Amino acid sequence: MIYLELFWSFFQIGLFSIGGGYAAMPLIQNQVVDIHPWLTMTQFADIMTIAEMTPGPIAINSATFVGIQVAGLPGAVIATVGCVFPSCVIVMTLAYIYYRFRGLNMVQGILAGLRPAVIAMIASAGISLLIMALYGQRTLPNDLASLDLIAAIIFVIGIFVLRKWKPNPLWVMAGSGFAGIILYALV
Amino acid sequence: MLINIERTAFLEVNSLQKYKKLFFSTFELSACTFGGGFVIIPLMRKKFVEELGWIEEDEMMDLTAIAQSSPGAIAVNASILVGYHVAGFPGAMLTVLGTILPPLMIISIISMFYQAFRDNAIVNMAMAGMLCGVAAVICDVVINMAKTIFQKKRLLPVIVMLGSFVAVRFFSVNIIVIILVCGVIGAADTWHQGKMRKVGDKR
Repeated sequence: MIYLELFWSFFQIGLFSIGGGYAAMPLIQNQVVDIHPWLTMTQFADIMTIAEMTPGPIAINSATFVGIQVAGLPGAVIATVGCVFPSCVIVMTLAYIYYRFRGLNMVQGILAGLRPAVIAMIASAGISLLIMALYGQRTLPNDLASLDLIAAIIFVIGIFVLRKWKPNPLWVMAGSGFAGIILYALV
Repeated sequence: MLINIERTAFLEVNSLQKYKKLFFSTFELSACTFGGGFVIIPLMRKKFVEELGWIEEDEMMDLTAIAQSSPGAIAVNASILVGYHVAGFPGAMLTVLGTILPPLMIISIISMFYQAFRDNAIVNMAMAGMLCGVAAVICDVVINMAKTIFQKKRLLPVIVMLGSFVAVRFFSVNIIVIILVCGVIGAADTWHQGKMRKVGDKR
């Protein structure tokens, strides 16, 4: 039952992606590339790119994209609902507790403990995307020198610009897309 | 107290108006929020605290903390909190709907053209370039986030961070297992610190 599988996968993504934004990324990769054969790594990299360019949370964007690819528009709706369902229950419970007691020390303590792990997981997923960008495949090849030089240059310049001037990431995305067209067309 | 009663009465009279406003406010915010959850918080503050006056300033800070620390997308969590605060359960449902509809519609449209889009040579080059951009953005985010961990000058978070990285990268440990284990570590740490503080107070 594909709808149930979609719902359950994105329910887990919604439930365990703590810290927002990129925190969902490793979980999405885990669910839709590793556990289920719904997306290839190339498609996953595409959806991360699209999610970065379009408004809305990464998790919702991916849920819609994966849902449509796997089971059409109903699939998209079901995956998206699955994704926000845990939030609805948990956040409303916390809101209730907050207005009752105005203190969430333990909750915040647990989440402070999660933070370093979340960063580590984002780093790992980021490395997967970088390998995809540089080598066009999921795992590092034996010959590390066989990397895509243009991609490496764009990445290094992107990082430099971000660290140095802290622009809105959208500009870096647009710039690297533009650089991609120019450089790949030239070579 | 009196203010609260007056406020409730005011909200009840305008309930339909209020629901509409809630839905369209979150819809608009979600449609215009590029670049992840942290961007939506200041925009929400502007809308609901400054413009509409539905939420107090320090309340917004607390709601932000809850939104950031709960599972799921920050934008979705924050809109649930705002909706719940302004109009209870139905309000929360409306704001969630308002938040997820724009990305749902935009991505649905893009997905329909995805194949044609992907077969285009120029699009391919742009996507290849942008993937490097995404990798750079994520790398930048990780550096910034990791810095906050090192700045705490405590050993435990650093160990948890490095340990989780090795576990997920080199041993492919299930992410959910890592989250659960680290949650327990965080709880134990908070409990321990609370106890130490109490001992300190007694002295």
